[in-house]
Amino acid sequence: MSTTSASLQQSMAEIPAIITELYQKFGESSFVRQHTAEGMPTLWLGRNKLLEVLKFLRDDQRPRYEMVLDITAIDERLRVHRDGQPDSDFTVVYHLISYSGNCDIRLKVALQESDLTIPTIISLWPAANWHERECWDMFGVVFEGHPNLSRIYSPPTWIGHPLRKDHPARATEMEPYRLDDDIVDTEQEAMKFNPEEWGLERKSDSSEFMFLNFGPNHPAAHGVIRFALQLDGEYVIDVVPDVGYHHRGAEKMGERQTWHTYIPYTDRIDYLGGVMNNLPYVMAVEKMAGIKVPDRVEVIRVMLAEFFRICSHLLFFGTWAVDLGQLSPLFYAFVDREKAFNIIESITGGRMHPSWFRIGGVAQNLPNGWEVRVREFVDMFPKKLQEYNKMVMDNTMIKQRTVGVGKMNTQDAFDWGMTGPALRATGLEWDYRKDRPYSGYENFDFEVPIAVNGDCYDRAAVRIEEMRQSCEIIRQCLENMPSGPYKSDHPLTTPPLKEDSKQDIETLINHFLSVSWGPVMDPTEVTMSIEATKGINSYYLINDGGSGAYRTRIRTPSFIHIQAVPFLSRGLMLADFTAVVASTDFVMADVDK
Amino acid sequence: MFSFEVGSLLNIALVLVAGLVISIMMIWVERRFLGFFSDRLGPNRVGPFGIFQVIADAVKMLAKEDWIPPFSDKFTFVIAPMILPIVMLMSLGVIPFAPGVGVMDLNIGLLWIFAMAGLASYSTMLGGLASNNKFALLGALRGAGQMISYEVFMGISILGIVVLSDSFNLREIVEAQEDGWFVIPQFFGFVVFMVAGIAESHRWPFDLPEGEAEIISGYNTEYSGMKFGLFMIGEYIGMVVMSAIIPVLFFGGWLAPFGLEFGNEIISGLFWMGAKTSFFLLFFVLVRAALVRPRYDQLMSYGWLVMLPLSLINLLITGAVVLYQAG
Repeated sequence: MSTTSASLQQSMAEIPAIITELYQKFGESSFVRQHTAEGMPTLWLGRNKLLEVLKFLRDDQRPRYEMVLDITAIDERLRVHRDGQPDSDFTVVYHLISYSGNCDIRLKVALQESDLTIPTIISLWPAANWHERECWDMFGVVFEGHPNLSRIYSPPTWIGHPLRKDHPARATEMEPYRLDDDIVDTEQEAMKFNPEEWGLERKSDSSEFMFLNFGPNHPAAHGVIRFALQLDGEYVIDVVPDVGYHHRGAEKMGERQTWHTYIPYTDRIDYLGGVMNNLPYVMAVEKMAGIKVPDRVEVIRVMLAEFFRICSHLLFFGTWAVDLGQLSPLFYAFVDREKAFNIIESITGGRMHPSWFRIGGVAQNLPNGWEVRVREFVDMFPKKLQEYNKMVMDNTMIKQRTVGVGKMNTQDAFDWGMTGPALRATGLEWDYRKDRPYSGYENFDFEVPIAVNGDCYDRAAVRIEEMRQSCEIIRQCLENMPSGPYKSDHPLTTPPLKEDSKQDIETLINHFLSVSWGPVMDPTEVTMSIEATKGINSYYLINDGGSGAYRTRIRTPSFIHIQAVPFLSRGLMLADFTAVVASTDFVMADVDK
Repeated sequence: MFSFEVGSLLNIALVLVAGLVISIMMIWVERRFLGFFSDRLGPNRVGPFGIFQVIADAVKMLAKEDWIPPFSDKFTFVIAPMILPIVMLMSLGVIPFAPGVGVMDLNIGLLWIFAMAGLASYSTMLGGLASNNKFALLGALRGAGQMISYEVFMGISILGIVVLSDSFNLREIVEAQEDGWFVIPQFFGFVVFMVAGIAESHRWPFDLPEGEAEIISGYNTEYSGMKFGLFMIGEYIGMVVMSAIIPVLFFGGWLAPFGLEFGNEIISGLFWMGAKTSFFLLFFVLVRAALVRPRYDQLMSYGWLVMLPLSLINLLITGAVVLYQAG
């Protein structure tokens, strides 16, 4: 723990340039600075200054902070360790990212329970819309000026705000649930789509619009999501996405699991990303614990993460083609995906959710002979990708259906919070793995594919190329796998190496403790992000000194991307809408958490 | 004038039974071949090579709840799926399979086929409208639009053949190809007819009235059980009819290529007609596995801006050549 406080003192000593500039512009008294484990500049400010400061950061500051990556809230009422932080019942947290300057800033606004209001920032970033609705739904924070501050995850009839500390986490803590006739009626009534609520007209001068329920069960909806489409003939006038059917309260569960036992939940956030979901979480915990993992662990993690990237992109690719009306590529993609899964299975024992990363390492060493199968795969796969290019990407009809459909430029992508392949398809060469290497990505030689138009075709083309690059990374892992332990020998590694527990009573006690309640670390906050399969996935963990997180915030890319679907599909035809939805590449578990 | 000869009772029974059995077996053939095309095995469990899969499918379909949506127009809802297989079987009736084999010898056989194809669109439209479902409505509208536009140049595309053979009688059209198949002088007509034929039978990639990724199952979204089964069988009979019409019009029907005749002319005729029909049936399956569904407006502009002019030019040139040759 001494290492943490040492690095903390170091980060306290130097004031980041952005903080000095904000001090100069708005006066030092407007802010309170907070120190966090990962060293991200964090400032508290009053809500009256909020819009002004955000606008300054977006427009006038150099480098510009182009995107609001995340907006969330914290129920501070039961938090014990808040040294130096302003008095607050509920804190709203804004996480901005600057691509041009490759840096982040976190802004916090303290609110009292008696006056839970804060101005909306939709005028600055349209992407803030859903974030703010989520904060209202989960914490009851009122965003003044929001056009439709309604519940987003929970049903409109829900009572209470689930992520508040006084809201029960388990069904057993609540009254037994009864579905009486009157409740059925209320719920049925609540499910009705009311266009006026969303500012949609029922008719125009020339025609009466049709409102089509696209989902929650629809072959092209990729899971339980509902799009209410406003149609004029086959032309899409507007779209209202309705999410939350898959909401499982993953963030709430993070508050009652220990650091270690939460790992399996992360796998199920983006369930196509498998162990890649573990990565930002365990990295965040390792940051707090001050664990530096051995080289072998880093390379094993990278290899498996890239395997899952290939699996996820293959599924995207197959369903994208099938949504455009080409049947066969789906099956070819699934055959290859199966080969990748076989390798994952022989290494981890699991297929889609292996939950295989651990705090300070991975669960097991690589099995004997793993090189053989991995080599087979990396030799086979690039040829397959060429076939896909020929069969699908060079197909004239595919191009007719997708080129120029659902276009967005880089500025739109900033406004709508698009990250990952969707952002790179607009021409911005920015990849977390390249620009802020984590887990040893700086040691790998790979390209960041980009495209120009940001349309449905480009979003797919970028992913195809990413698969080739992932395959290259796996080949480099294969050829340069370091030897050494598969777990760190840090005392907070969970669970510690079994062999060590057999040495003496000290290590046995340590082992016993870390298996019973896992690591206990100094209170702090940390955000760790990775380039996940669909965009930036980040975990914002607040540690109040307990055996688990006081608050777990998961920023998932799919949630934000779904919000941009109406922007992308207005004025297109129904078939184009399917193309847009398919090219968005979302997983409902990742949308709804 | 309207004149026809009806074949013997045995003839009628054999053609209808064979037509139905082939159509039903096409369900298995298609699934099996789609499987092979997409790197899978397809249904291979029930019976040798899985050929009894269709029986299992039929039992499933018959045993399913036969649900009529309470919000639908019940009478039309029930009638709509019946139309398709009936009119498709009726078009099967005028196809000559071999000398002396065929249900009915009609002097306006070609027009009959068009009339029946036109009626088939009622099945789609009425089914979609009666369902009182928005997806079905969109499917029905697409079906109607597609039918109208593709029927126009489908008709024009084969007028060249009528000019060449001087007849609407399918049997006479086949006999007129003794000196050479019409696919050579009428190649553009063939291409247009082929595309229009796929569109007419709502086969992939022109299955826009069903367009799974967009409108779930289109006009038959609300249908289940045997009523859905009738739509499906109707579509497969349509596929058989279309695959049999193409050889009759363009590939010499029962006439053997390169003088490869054997046995008596009925056996040989049936063999060659069967071989040619099978080829096109499998071609339909291959098209389904390979191509991409176009967007509705693309389909329409392709029809009106490419196919229609092409078929008109084809007809004009054919007419000019025939007039020139006649002196």
